[in-house]
Amino acid sequence: MRINLFNPCFNGNIGVILQAYIIRRLIFLIFVLFGVSILIFGILSTFSPERRAAAFVTTPQQAKNIPELIERYGFNDPVYLQYIRWVKEISSGNMGWSIVAARPVFDAFWHYFPITLELNLFATPIFIILGIWLGTQAGIKKDSAFDHITRIVAIIGWSLPTFLFALILLMVFYGYFNLFSPEILSHDLVTFIRNNPDSYTAYTGMYTIDGILNGRFDITLDALKHLVLPVATQVIVVVALVMRVMRSNMIEETSKDYVITAKAKGADKKTIYIKHARRNALIPVITIAGEMAAFAMEGSIAVEIVFNRQGLGWWLAESAIQLDIPVVMCMCLFMGAVFVVTNLVIDLLYAYIDPRIRLS
Amino acid sequence: MPENKHPRLKELKFTLSKILRNPSAIIGFSLLFFFVGVAAFAPYLAPPKNIHNNYLVPHEGFSPTPKPPSAKHIFGTTSGQYDIYYGVIWGTRTAFKIGGIVIGLATLIGVTLGIIAGYYGGVVDEIIMRGVDIVFAIPLLILVMAIVVAFGTGLDKVIIALALVKWRSYVRVMRSGILTLRDSDFVQAAKIMGVSDFKIMIRHILPNSIYPVIVVGTMDMGSMVITASFMSFLGLGAPRGYADWGQMVASARNYIVGPAHDPLKFWYTVVIPGLCIILFVLSWNLIGDALRDAFDPKQRRR
Repeated sequence: MRINLFNPCFNGNIGVILQAYIIRRLIFLIFVLFGVSILIFGILSTFSPERRAAAFVTTPQQAKNIPELIERYGFNDPVYLQYIRWVKEISSGNMGWSIVAARPVFDAFWHYFPITLELNLFATPIFIILGIWLGTQAGIKKDSAFDHITRIVAIIGWSLPTFLFALILLMVFYGYFNLFSPEILSHDLVTFIRNNPDSYTAYTGMYTIDGILNGRFDITLDALKHLVLPVATQVIVVVALVMRVMRSNMIEETSKDYVITAKAKGADKKTIYIKHARRNALIPVITIAGEMAAFAMEGSIAVEIVFNRQGLGWWLAESAIQLDIPVVMCMCLFMGAVFVVTNLVIDLLYAYIDPRIRLS
Repeated sequence: MPENKHPRLKELKFTLSKILRNPSAIIGFSLLFFFVGVAAFAPYLAPPKNIHNNYLVPHEGFSPTPKPPSAKHIFGTTSGQYDIYYGVIWGTRTAFKIGGIVIGLATLIGVTLGIIAGYYGGVVDEIIMRGVDIVFAIPLLILVMAIVVAFGTGLDKVIIALALVKWRSYVRVMRSGILTLRDSDFVQAAKIMGVSDFKIMIRHILPNSIYPVIVVGTMDMGSMVITASFMSFLGLGAPRGYADWGQMVASARNYIVGPAHDPLKFWYTVVIPGLCIILFVLSWNLIGDALRDAFDPKQRRR
């Protein structure tokens, strides 16, 4: 059953219900964001004022100004005043200084963001399509050899730590076959870009896209070659999750009455499975999109550390190693915000597709 | 009636027979028994050299280049001449320690809060569940990193941080199981008979809703060891020379690619501790998978 939300003939109050649902979810979003900020501020306030003031020190000369910095940023004030000031600072973009990036946190974030985005732009469609395809096949051919093999592979993949898998890929394909190498781009191309700022403009910060925009297809090709192993790792990490959900949905759908009816009527199996059952089985996959996003975020950290790709995950891990407080806290806050908004979008999408959700 | 077995015992027997017929459970349990054996007999398999701390891997010399397996070091030595065999054996104990403490603490907190939220409902439920929503807003690894950075690095800090974050999943699992039980006849009957809330929760609700927590907890035993080993790999967990699989992979990191004529020369430094992590996690995942099939009321009677 398809519902056209913009068709007033269907049901007069469905738009109102959806609107109320959106408003309810938005209030919830604000509440969670507030809670997350309190949580992170709570972790932050376990630090001594001196350590927190050190976050604003950018040069060794400034180190002697710490008492003055404590005074200026009010790290000895009552907690609620500190919290209000902290939120104000964050929302105006002043989040402190990143030691690893040697620039303000806000700038550093946008510097590293494209690299992580690029990785996930390539990995996400692959693991979604592959996961859905494998899950559908395994669900249709339940208890067949294909089903058992994919199940075993999924369990082994589930048991494989991302960093270890990345290391082994690097060992085999870089060390033994010398096919793909770590890092984002070959050294000679990096030096070329650094020495010729006029002939190469970083439009997006993603080398694969910038290469095309600058007419330098060799850069795109090189960047793609460097992306093969990271994307493969990222896909392996997430694909098992998609596959498992898709398989169990498919099994549930194919045992429903409408499928049996269609079979009895003599419709051919491909039409039943692909056109009818799979479409319905796809709906619940949206609910795990939040989980997929979390997996992808955590996977990016391991992938970027092992392949030495300077993206957000690498930055976060390096900052954690160097105990760079402002970066870790900001990333926490940012990831929390992204995550909450993602979940909101997923829920709204789900409510739009499946009317039973918003009506309950 | 002493002849008639308690219904719960009968159920347990049925569940056990169901589990033992599942091939993945058999593989999982044999792997687990193997690891339990290694952990239990660690002092005999690898006699400690350092009497103050068994978990410190002995090393001869400081040469950064790993040495291949020999009669003296059957798995070779990793960077810094740490004996891989010793590290792997005592690392088994570390892995059990990580999984056991994290899952133990997290389920204790999660199950308690989940029962309270599910049983009382209303405002209590609302407060607990919204708290869980907030903690759930940040991906596990990132929140754990933040807590470790706040409290300082070290394996014990990583374990505490993991437990402080992981409880959130068990509250949700526990509560969703209780919601259907709360209004069931036997709970209502117990209430009318004047059984105290505490007793209802412990004697009647907990045994009927704990199974999903057991399944998720079993699966998480593995994933917690993965996360902890990644933290050690980053250098936020176990220090260098500590018998921990993640740390051992980390110290081998610069040797994943050998010299040009023999690129896989140092394979043993990564593969041996890595294989331990994979097999350990695999055993818990196989057991968890089998438990899920055995406990699932929809599937078990087929």
